[in-house]
Amino acid sequence: MNIILNNNHETFDVGQLTVAELLQLKKFTFKMLIIKINGTVVKHEDYASAIITEGDDVMVLHLISGG
Amino acid sequence: MTFNEIKTKLKDKTVGIAGCGGLGSNCAVALARVGVGTLIICDFDTIVESNLNRQYYFFDQIGMKKAATLKENIRRINPSIEVIAHDIKLDAANIVDVFGNCDVIVEAFDRADMKKMILETVLAEMPDKFLVAGIGMAGWGHSNSMHVKQHDRLYVCGDGVTEVSDDQPPLAPRVGIAASMQANTVIELLLKILN
Repeated sequence: MNIILNNNHETFDVGQLTVAELLQLKKFTFKMLIIKINGTVVKHEDYASAIITEGDDVMVLHLISGG
Repeated sequence: MTFNEIKTKLKDKTVGIAGCGGLGSNCAVALARVGVGTLIICDFDTIVESNLNRQYYFFDQIGMKKAATLKENIRRINPSIEVIAHDIKLDAANIVDVFGNCDVIVEAFDRADMKKMILETVLAEMPDKFLVAGIGMAGWGHSNSMHVKQHDRLYVCGDGVTEVSDDQPPLAPRVGIAASMQANTVIELLLKILN
């Protein structure tokens, strides 16, 4: 499938992925993340069930301290 | 656009600033200098000496509350700006009330868990709001790594990767770059999109 991940085109060999699988594949291991699929925020407890499919627009934002 | 035209356009705008530390105090002052009519600033904290390496306060203001003190500092720079100062800790329950009337909200917290809280709250509960966050500004040097990334109505300013630690403290130059990028993004939104 082809998706948009953080404004870039990405291709995966599978038809769909859960958010948790995407994080593992992309090695996004940070604890503090904000994730949106097609504009909708995915809560932490839904990472294992929320599905990403062809054409989805996904944002994974890594939050770190400082300000 | 002349400065007078810019000021006329910005006079009726309202910007909410969540946190009055390194990002919030410097961003608020920049917006006040350019003439954003109303600023809603929030912080529950008190000024300590270690804040002065980057935050817009003075040595004789140590011990004072940040929100009220920033309001006073802005008044001394540009008394025509209306500053609504809230001495509160923002949370998922009060953010919608406090910032409901803002054209743009600035995320200016220091802790990652607070950044996550406000981003999730605004993205889920106030999806029509423009939100300008600051992420990654610790240490010094590598100015060219600082950038603005847009995700729909969320704009993220900073390098996105440098986390504050004992060996990589937040310092005036890079925090100031991030705060000014946030202010610059706010002005761009107010003049272009929300005009």
